[in-house]
Amino acid sequence: MVTADLLANAVVAGLLLGGFYAAVAIGLAIIFGQLDIVNIAHPAFIIAGAYTAYILNSRFGIDPVLIGVLAAPLFFLAGAGIYRVYYGAFERTGQESLSGLAFFFGLMFIIEVVLILVYGVDYRLVQAGYIGESWRIGFVDLPFRMLVPFVVAVALTAGIYLYLARTFTGRAIQAVAQDRLALQLMGVNPIRVKQWAFGLGIATAAIAGALLIIIGPVEPSVGRQYIGRAFAIVVLGGMGSISGMFIAALILGIVESLVNTFMGPSWAPAVAFGVLLLTLALRPSGLFGR
Amino acid sequence: MSKISPFWVSAAVVLAAGLAFTEIVENQYYFTAIYLILQGLIMAVAWNILGGFTGYVNFGSAAFFAVGAYTAIALDKALGLPLPLLIVAAAAICGLIGLGVGYLTLRLKGVYFAIATLAMAIVLETFITNWSYVGGARGAYILTPDKHLWFDSYSEMLFMLMLVLAVVSVAISRKLNFSRLGRGLAAIRDDEVAAECAGVPTLRLKLVSTTIMGAMMGVAGAPYPFFVTYVDPLSAFNLFVAVNAIAMPMIGGTAHWIGPVIGALLVGSMQEIVKVNISSELNILIVGVMLVLFISLAPQGIVGLVQKHFLKRKA
Repeated sequence: MVTADLLANAVVAGLLLGGFYAAVAIGLAIIFGQLDIVNIAHPAFIIAGAYTAYILNSRFGIDPVLIGVLAAPLFFLAGAGIYRVYYGAFERTGQESLSGLAFFFGLMFIIEVVLILVYGVDYRLVQAGYIGESWRIGFVDLPFRMLVPFVVAVALTAGIYLYLARTFTGRAIQAVAQDRLALQLMGVNPIRVKQWAFGLGIATAAIAGALLIIIGPVEPSVGRQYIGRAFAIVVLGGMGSISGMFIAALILGIVESLVNTFMGPSWAPAVAFGVLLLTLALRPSGLFGR
Repeated sequence: MSKISPFWVSAAVVLAAGLAFTEIVENQYYFTAIYLILQGLIMAVAWNILGGFTGYVNFGSAAFFAVGAYTAIALDKALGLPLPLLIVAAAAICGLIGLGVGYLTLRLKGVYFAIATLAMAIVLETFITNWSYVGGARGAYILTPDKHLWFDSYSEMLFMLMLVLAVVSVAISRKLNFSRLGRGLAAIRDDEVAAECAGVPTLRLKLVSTTIMGAMMGVAGAPYPFFVTYVDPLSAFNLFVAVNAIAMPMIGGTAHWIGPVIGALLVGSMQEIVKVNISSELNILIVGVMLVLFISLAPQGIVGLVQKHFLKRKA
């Protein structure tokens, strides 16, 4: 039965979930949307971020969000290093379409298998005071384990948006996406800009991972469910547009939440694929295509 | 052509050797081990038809394989069809899925096809998990039939069946490689716009190759339920299947039909040896590391390395 409070709860839960999806997809909006690098290992980095949060939280009891922020610089360095390898082996020789894709696929697989080898396939979770608490406004529930990731994700999205729009490096990143040669003529090294941007994208995975493990327990293969979601959001959002990405994330979150409530949770993973295929078939430039 | 080509001679020798093997060898382990290697070989050859010849990456190999296996389970349960018909049905259904996904995404940039296959694997897994007729998340048990022709055991028969299927797949792939169609595919791989301008019907050729690829992967998956007797969505949609299907051609070399065969025999036998002697988890990791190392350092694979060596000698 569709009742008003059930519907309202599903929509609110979807909004919160969608906000979190924005944190998942924002790194990819930079790496895939702006730089045109098909980093299918991005969700694997998010899982790596979630495990970083789990390890430090269970050992030292640090707040997971704080861990995500602290781990971001390390992820940035890892991302910059990976871009170096990617550029040297594939982009320079023009082999990114086949070998580059397989490279990231292999990387995703290695991260997943190493996590399974070290931590097994058990679900891991974090402890924090606010997990388990919730607000209740009227008949709508606002659990903190969803609200905190939502707030952090919105802050992250706003921060990246302002960074890309207002700072010199941010504008250089947008420029490298539009016209590489023109950027070179302005005396900027496009490879260094791309390396910086790739690092930035991977750094967001540390924060997204911390948010993921606040929402619920995580095991290594969970990441695969986010591949379809993250790419669906970036494509629907119009490739590289941060505001478009955010709206697309909210839409996907709400649709998934409605499916979850009215059809059952086991169908939710299929939603992203449906959205992705429909977008590609009907409007490949996305809702707000440039 | 009055002369019989060396390929068909060696194919006949391989099949005869397989038959002799079932007569001589008693230890059943060898049949299961070689079955798995051949299964990997068919998957690798199939992947290469799209990945190597045409230049489009399919990450959803495990989904085609699993749909092939589940087609066999469903039709076996519903109609009790014999195995050869199940294989044909699996080929038809997986070929259609390949055609459908290709039709929706191949008109766009290649990466969308790659992402769509990856997402397709998740969706089909969701679908099978929710389909209680074939066991849903609990999985399905298959009773192996008592009859196994003149072979000593059912696994010997499956081994021989797989050998025949593998030889047929390699023959198809070889034929494609040298045919007019294969040259069209190579033109797409090298420069799609130029191919289109030269009058190559790119979309149609791409759809033909995705359909063949899907059908072949379905064929590899159809006998699998009878081989393991228990299938659940997690094992059928295993990422390991997809990684192997990519790693074997990439390691062997993608441009030539022999590449995936070499890669599959090499990686497949190595996996069986590591699995027995060391551990099966480490085995999975090794494939991933080998894949990344090979594509970074030797993008043309073993075939490419050998060719380079010979060209250097000539010069």
